[in-house]
Amino acid sequence: MLASFDSAPASQAPVTHFSPEHCALSIDRFNLAYAGKPALRELTLSVPRHRVTAFIGPSGCGKSTLLRAINRLHDLNESVEHSGNIELEGQDIYAPQTNVTELRRRVGMVFQTPNPFPMSIYENVAFGLRLQQRLPKRQRDDIIEWALTSAALWDEVKDRLHRSAWQLSGGQQQRLVIARTLAVQPDVLLLDEPASALDPISTLKIEELIRNLKSQLTLVLVTHNMQQAARVSDYTAFLQDGELVEYGPTDQVFTNPHLQRTENYITGRMT
Amino acid sequence: MDITSNTHSQHISRQFNQELEELKTHLMAMGGLVEKQVQDAVHALLEGDTRLAEKVRDSDRQVNELQLQIDEECTRVLARRQPAASDLRLVLAVIRATSDLERIGDEASKIARNALLLSENTSSVRGLIEVRHISEHVRKMLRDALTAFARFDTELAMQVVHEDELVDDEYGSAMRSLMTFMMEDSRAISSVLSIMWVLRALERVGDHSNNLAEYVVYLVKGLDIRHSDPGTVDQKVLKKP
Repeated sequence: MLASFDSAPASQAPVTHFSPEHCALSIDRFNLAYAGKPALRELTLSVPRHRVTAFIGPSGCGKSTLLRAINRLHDLNESVEHSGNIELEGQDIYAPQTNVTELRRRVGMVFQTPNPFPMSIYENVAFGLRLQQRLPKRQRDDIIEWALTSAALWDEVKDRLHRSAWQLSGGQQQRLVIARTLAVQPDVLLLDEPASALDPISTLKIEELIRNLKSQLTLVLVTHNMQQAARVSDYTAFLQDGELVEYGPTDQVFTNPHLQRTENYITGRMT
Repeated sequence: MDITSNTHSQHISRQFNQELEELKTHLMAMGGLVEKQVQDAVHALLEGDTRLAEKVRDSDRQVNELQLQIDEECTRVLARRQPAASDLRLVLAVIRATSDLERIGDEASKIARNALLLSENTSSVRGLIEVRHISEHVRKMLRDALTAFARFDTELAMQVVHEDELVDDEYGSAMRSLMTFMMEDSRAISSVLSIMWVLRALERVGDHSNNLAEYVVYLVKGLDIRHSDPGTVDQKVLKKP
């Protein structure tokens, strides 16, 4: 068994824990505040390797803040203070010796609105690779084909690799952004509302992609779309007011949550 | 997490509250109709009331129509609302319950059919005491299962689950007595066979009531106790928080 349930007081849901060998990310008593205002409080949870973990919760609950913290995107914001630990494969990502550029290579991030660079499809995917290392063209071409294939986009763009990325549809652009992230071979992919700006068919393509990618890497998904979390994730964490309320297998959270707060949120009840 | 009978009326969408309330109301209406069918069928048999037996047989169509209507309402809720957690469990429990209620209606029709056959029999019919006894037991099970559904009462539901074991024992013992009657008097074979069919139908009503009680546990607790030993599920279902 990958997951086990701890015994917990009746007022608290049992929290799923993973043994270190199954764990990609480990968050331990993590707190974060914007200008003294707490956004994440004593957050403790572990994210299993090669699984899709969804963070759900109302606006302002801290799920995007947590995602950004995993990628250290708050570093340049001087008003942000944090404490506690986030470990990626056992290494503290906030340790002074951590190379932030290398961290961001290992932890890719995809945002709500597709953000291709104003260059060709090929150059978009090659961008991170070029920054990372000089590679012979043939080898680089192979990686780009692999990344576009992994992102389920190759067949649609293989004949127009040198055209502008902006000619692609929204759904294709989002898959291009995922291919760009995959090209540098990350361990973890963070997806912040990756399909909320897309039509239903493009959304299903992204969801199918998420499902296929988990054999290669660990995925963390933030979404307001409850059905999407239910469809694609293996584990679901429900956050409210910066706290982790409940965390467990998606099947259990969506059919029989342990806590009233979770039940109220996922079934659309008044709190 | 346990839910109560008020749980489904607290959504932000009042329309959704109303849809789920209607599902429960219609299921209870179907339950009431089926309960009356069983009561009337047994009464028709014991009192030799052929008009009542025919009425039971005819009302089966009404039960079937209610099943179709409730199933359609459930499909609509699933398609339009994509319910989760206790809402999803309610819809699933209602779909399953309508199927069992419809079969209870079929069993009542079988009893009514046998009541009509037996009414043509001029000699005294053996086994009516067994029918009266088991029917009282089974009707209480059905009534309790429906009450448990209406009140989301898992304690009452578990009582029904245990009652079913007793009914199965009583059914076995009644069948043994009836076999003796048949061996003693071959002229009674045809009427005793009819009574056996009636007892079999009543025993099935008990089984379906037991199923209804199991759905109540699933709905309230999220525990699926079907195919489990009733002795071992007690602790899980009735444990206090």
